Amino acid sequence: MKIVVAIKQVPARDSQLRIATSGKWIDEEDLTHEINEPDAYALEEGLQLKEKHGGEVIALCFGPARAAQTIREALAKGADRAIHIEDENPGGYDPLAAARLMAAALKAEAPDLVLTGLQSDDLGYGQTGPILAELLGLPHATIIMEVEKQDGAIRVKRELEDGWFQHVEMPLPALLTIQSGISKLRYATLMGIKKAKTKEIRRVTPAELGASGAAPSILLDRVYLPERAKQTQLFEGPPAEAAAKLVEKLKFEARVI
Amino acid sequence: MSILVVMEQRSGEWNRMSFETLAAAQQVAGELKTTASAAILGHGVDALAAELAGKQLDKVYAVEHEVLKEYTPDAWSRALGQLIAQVKPTYVLFPHTYQVRDFLPKLATAMGKVAVNDVVGHRAEDGGLVLVRQLFQGRVNVDVRFAGEAPHFASLQAGAWRAEQLAAGSAAIEKFSPAIAASDIRSKPQERFRESARAVDLTAAELIVAVGRGIKEADNIPIIQELADVLGAELAASRPICDAGWLPMERQVGSSGQTVGPKMYMAIGISGAIQHLVGMKGARTIVAINKDPNAPIFEVADYGIVGDLFQIVPALVEAFKKAK
Repeated sequence: MKIVVAIKQVPARDSQLRIATSGKWIDEEDLTHEINEPDAYALEEGLQLKEKHGGEVIALCFGPARAAQTIREALAKGADRAIHIEDENPGGYDPLAAARLMAAALKAEAPDLVLTGLQSDDLGYGQTGPILAELLGLPHATIIMEVEKQDGAIRVKRELEDGWFQHVEMPLPALLTIQSGISKLRYATLMGIKKAKTKEIRRVTPAELGASGAAPSILLDRVYLPERAKQTQLFEGPPAEAAAKLVEKLKFEARVI
Repeated sequence: MSILVVMEQRSGEWNRMSFETLAAAQQVAGELKTTASAAILGHGVDALAAELAGKQLDKVYAVEHEVLKEYTPDAWSRALGQLIAQVKPTYVLFPHTYQVRDFLPKLATAMGKVAVNDVVGHRAEDGGLVLVRQLFQGRVNVDVRFAGEAPHFASLQAGAWRAEQLAAGSAAIEKFSPAIAASDIRSKPQERFRESARAVDLTAAELIVAVGRGIKEADNIPIIQELADVLGAELAASRPICDAGWLPMERQVGSSGQTVGPKMYMAIGISGAIQHLVGMKGARTIVAINKDPNAPIFEVADYGIVGDLFQIVPALVEAFKKAK
């Protein structure tokens, strides 16, 4: 089975976020970056499917030059090769324009299965997967917790609201967005890290993929820190002191204990 | 200009979030001096359409077809594509449900558009809509504007608008029969199911102590368990903790877990992504312990301590013991 896993590099989860002076995005200068967590689960699922059914796993990443680090990590974990759509300003593309690049990059590949994480930790659109499916003409299912390969088809377990699930069957090729927690993430082995250095990373630019430069259909006007809806009473000082003040409030003001 | 709301039902039962979106649409219609209509898709939706006709709407579109009996992204995308092509709304609003998350990007793409999803607020500006959504798990907000031609698609987050503010009225029902063949539907959905009866009912708990990523590793969970024990509280968790298997899934609070409303909810090391907040913001008193003063959990917290949970939680255990 030829499996493509779309991965994205995002600011590390515990980053202290500051708004950029442009007011259009956050200041990413001093941040460390890592693989988008849901994508790590998509990669894991791809690797497990390959181990069970054979084939290859291709990591597909749209991002700036620094994303090469995340791609190498995917190769070290076991992806066979990678396609890096390189652009220093991926934020200049709306989700549709970005997915169009990915679809163009996959044209020659004809994968059996395309996997993405269910959403990114930065923009959080959760749209790249279904958009890509539509562009590639593939059936899709989102928020997947289990994948079972059948003859020319797959059966997946889809998460619904409030603890409900549903199985869905569809023919291959198909696209799935993978829910975090579908399985346990592996670490790269030393051998894997060594091997990754010899694996192929095909670099392409948006221009080579025929990017139209069409105007985006949504514009991020202004990025800002949210205003607090509630006035939180904060307790300061050494832990014992802050804890004592909080407990007093809970007992005598909120009367919840 | 006009607004179309796409309501959600399953087997004749509403997804109640749809009414929040309907209320939002009425409000936006007022602000933009236009009218809102609503659409309901399914097979046998007459009763639901009749109920909608009692709301202040221009029209109610009853979109009927045998293949709409059960949800599939192919059927929903095709049916709505055809309805929108005929009705030509400026804005098409959806509740941000799991189902909408599944088909809306496909529908928008088929029409060459990008949907703005998970919207938490809006304002009318220069005769158009500016939508507010969250980035970085709720830590940053962004104002989003549509560019180019209509239709413009948006899905609205649960709890951001109030369904009680819905205005009554009298709307005409119009039937719409999309052209879809059974062979257009590529996926076969099966019966919905639940894993097992829930052994833990967090919805009945009066006090909840919940733990998130800040706990760092499974071996640290007993620190939080001790605090819960001292309080006689139920232990709960945010999604990543259950994903990692550190606590069972049945202790998960949030959009994919349980929705709780205790007297007190203490969130420890939980940043407060929207998926978590929707499950607990109904708590009467919310306490947050987090090292990041900008964590979104503080937006809903009544009381908080900014600092290292590994120092604060043991101090709290001592303080609660003393207060008994």
